[in-house]
Amino acid sequence: MSLLVAENLSKSFGGVRAVDGVSFEVEAGEVFTIVGPNGAGKSTVFNLISRFYECTTGRMVFDGHDITHVRPDQIIAYGIARTFQNIELFDHSTVLQNLLVGRHSRRKASVLENLLFLPRVRQEEREHRRAVEEVIEFLDLHAHREKMIAGLPYGVRKVVEIGRALASGPKLLLLDEPASGLSVEETQDVAYWIEDMQKEMGLTILMVEHDMKLVSQVSTRVLAMADGKPLALGTPAEVQSDPKVIEAYLGTSEAA
Amino acid sequence: MEFAQLVLGGVAGGCIYGLVALGFVLIYKATESVNFAQGDLMMLGAFVTFQFVNVSQWGMPFWVGVPLAVVVMAVVGYLMEALIIRRLFGQPQFAVVILTIAIGFVLRFIAGLIWGHEPLNLETPFAGKNLNFLGLAIGVDEVFVIGVTLVLTVALYIFFARTKLGMAMQASSQNQLAAYYMGVPVKRVHGLVWALSGGIATVAGVLFAARGSIDPNLGLLGIKAFAAAVIGGFGSLPGALAGGLIVGLAEPFAGRYLPAGYSQIAPYAIMLVVLVARPNGLFAQIQSKKV
Amino acid sequence: MRIHQKTSYDDDINLFEDRRQAFWYALLVAFAVALPFLISEYHLGEFINLLIWALAGMGLMVLAGHTGQASLGHAAFLACGAYMEAWLNGKGVPFLISLPLAGLFAGIVGAVIAIPALRMSGIYLAIATLAMGIVAEDVIVLLEPVTGGISGTYVGSINLFGLEIDRYANPTNFYWLCLAVVIIVTFGYANLLRSSTGRSLVAIRDSEVSARAMGINVERTKTLAFFLSCLVTGLAGGLMAHYIVSFNYEAFVITVSIQMLLMIVVGGMGSIHGAFFGAAVVAFLPQIITAIRQQITYTAVAGLDTGIFAALLVAIIIVEPMGVYGRWLKMKAWVQLFPLARRDMFRRQKSYLKTERMR
Repeated sequence: MSLLVAENLSKSFGGVRAVDGVSFEVEAGEVFTIVGPNGAGKSTVFNLISRFYECTTGRMVFDGHDITHVRPDQIIAYGIARTFQNIELFDHSTVLQNLLVGRHSRRKASVLENLLFLPRVRQEEREHRRAVEEVIEFLDLHAHREKMIAGLPYGVRKVVEIGRALASGPKLLLLDEPASGLSVEETQDVAYWIEDMQKEMGLTILMVEHDMKLVSQVSTRVLAMADGKPLALGTPAEVQSDPKVIEAYLGTSEAA
Repeated sequence: MEFAQLVLGGVAGGCIYGLVALGFVLIYKATESVNFAQGDLMMLGAFVTFQFVNVSQWGMPFWVGVPLAVVVMAVVGYLMEALIIRRLFGQPQFAVVILTIAIGFVLRFIAGLIWGHEPLNLETPFAGKNLNFLGLAIGVDEVFVIGVTLVLTVALYIFFARTKLGMAMQASSQNQLAAYYMGVPVKRVHGLVWALSGGIATVAGVLFAARGSIDPNLGLLGIKAFAAAVIGGFGSLPGALAGGLIVGLAEPFAGRYLPAGYSQIAPYAIMLVVLVARPNGLFAQIQSKKV
Repeated sequence: MRIHQKTSYDDDINLFEDRRQAFWYALLVAFAVALPFLISEYHLGEFINLLIWALAGMGLMVLAGHTGQASLGHAAFLACGAYMEAWLNGKGVPFLISLPLAGLFAGIVGAVIAIPALRMSGIYLAIATLAMGIVAEDVIVLLEPVTGGISGTYVGSINLFGLEIDRYANPTNFYWLCLAVVIIVTFGYANLLRSSTGRSLVAIRDSEVSARAMGINVERTKTLAFFLSCLVTGLAGGLMAHYIVSFNYEAFVITVSIQMLLMIVVGGMGSIHGAFFGAAVVAFLPQIITAIRQQITYTAVAGLDTGIFAALLVAIIIVEPMGVYGRWLKMKAWVQLFPLARRDMFRRQKSYLKTERMR
């Protein structure tokens, strides 16, 4: 049984079909990448899985649970955490606090216990800190731990976003264009982290990315999309040499 | 007959609310900040006119004093933007809201210092004069209010649809950065928008003073105009006027047909209902964010 | 410059950074407790005023400062607490039960109001709460059987285990009572901020989308923020009832709501300290202004306090968006680094307007 099964996903906005009958399965432990030109529906698929959009048709099963109609704020409890294409961090908090928010779904104490800060809350806070500290260690964020997000460079923010998702201890990590806007060196770092997350942490990663070098370096399988429909599915090399994919990217004489 | 009288009074009152609401919407559209001091600008405009026109003061002719007051208040509006609001450029809406509330308090204080807190009357050429029309006693002041509002609305419509400056204002309201890249001097445009709404506030102030007395707390009327702007959707100029008319009509009718104590909350009640039913006003501008 | 070596996670979890900071706060509390022995009863009244406004300010701060939901009608909840306390007190309910009930009542009203408010954001929420505040004034007058209508109501003194507490007969006791309430609420507030609930509030303030993605139920958390905020404001209202003794709707008009918001902005948004600094400004500025004015003229100037307060606020927003507390932090840093502080250390980043039409 695959970790994530998406069957016949469709999403319409008004009359426009942004995603039209897309099916795929993500196996546990792989890096599954969705590529495609702008407007292909990649981000929409992403938002369907992270439950920000409601599917028009289709069904999604994650880890044995039907998640088709789960609320967006509950999906993380199933083990699906996401990042955002245009960084959505809590700007007026420190890196540490941002990462701690990632632990929100793991909280146990009630609001009343929080108000009184009972020993159990302290115990819980220590556990959160320990988990977050591991993320900091892994992503090499020591130097920025106490800094406000608002003062951090773009590249670091991007990493903090990954860290925040990671802090929740997910099974499936959704990365929305993790390398967009990054320098060559920073992109290379992201590639290493993705490999480490996959191999050392045993995470499954679903990614939307434009940078084909990164995609072919880290992906196990690639799904190419165009106009809301799936074009090709296979290893990075297979997909890149698929004539339909080349056509979608470069356009053909009839399109021009 | 009483009904027609109520409608007429309501429309005239509504025009004033509508004009103040217009000022809110203008600034909101162009700069995306809300000027909570709009009502106080109106108050100040009325007092400046009072200073120019009344015989006990400088005693200028009415038709000279009013345009002069409009110009003076446009300068005040421009300076407010240039000296104070502009420094908050790029900060959240909330900071500007607080700032303009505070400016409103300061304006009220200054007006109180200069003109005192007793109600004063602006001398207008048509005070107390009535026209008889089909048995209706129509106040010349009411005709004046409605007429001026109509003219001003048409003028503003043409300004935004046809003139370069008007279009620049619209552009900078849609997307500041893009407008800036396209060569629109965003900061100066903002200043001019504030000047424009300072001028409109003065007209509203004069119209108000034509029908009643003025005092420094007149600016609190701005809150009702707010209700008007919200009912109208806070982003559309005709909407603001329509909202003003709704609020203006609701008042005399609520006063006439509802028990005492309920009537003054009518405008706010309407607004709350609108906000609950259509949380972003009747003509929504807020869109949900794409992620 | 002080260097702080952290040796365990508890260093970040504890309320105070280190023993030294804990010592200063302990000293502050000790000073506050001993205050009645140091100053006259007249001046003590000003400090009671400060405590009540600080409490109300903390209430509003939870909502506006930490959850990012501006309320321009918070005096309505002050009124909820005040009238409830007066009513229960009149029925002979003991204070230890009536004050929490007064707070709870305000909190529940707040949570109910949150339901429609959830659908609004930014400027629309501010306007809706403003309208609510205005409507509340009239509702108070209309609810004459409970509120006494226009003529208002009166609240008796407090009997706490046989101990008589009255603002006029024994202001010292009343001062200690207010101090106790303020300390308890401050403690709870500080706890909230260092726990997951506090972080979820701040998360909603800074980015609702990602708060949601991180598993925060935005609707429920906002309702919680409204509840807690109004509860604390209601407590302040209950104490205020005993402080002003007899009152009517005029104590809770819309300008009071607006001043509450201005107060926490002056103090510094997004910090507990801000509520206290703001309350100090509100409580003492009129005294200072009067003292200065009397050097010049003995005739009272109408609206002088509000005018100067507002002008001060304009200045603060322009030069110091983080309020008095922000300036305090910078001064502290400057002293600690002396003589190494640089001018550009606190420079703000220039930014273009981010549209708030997208939500």
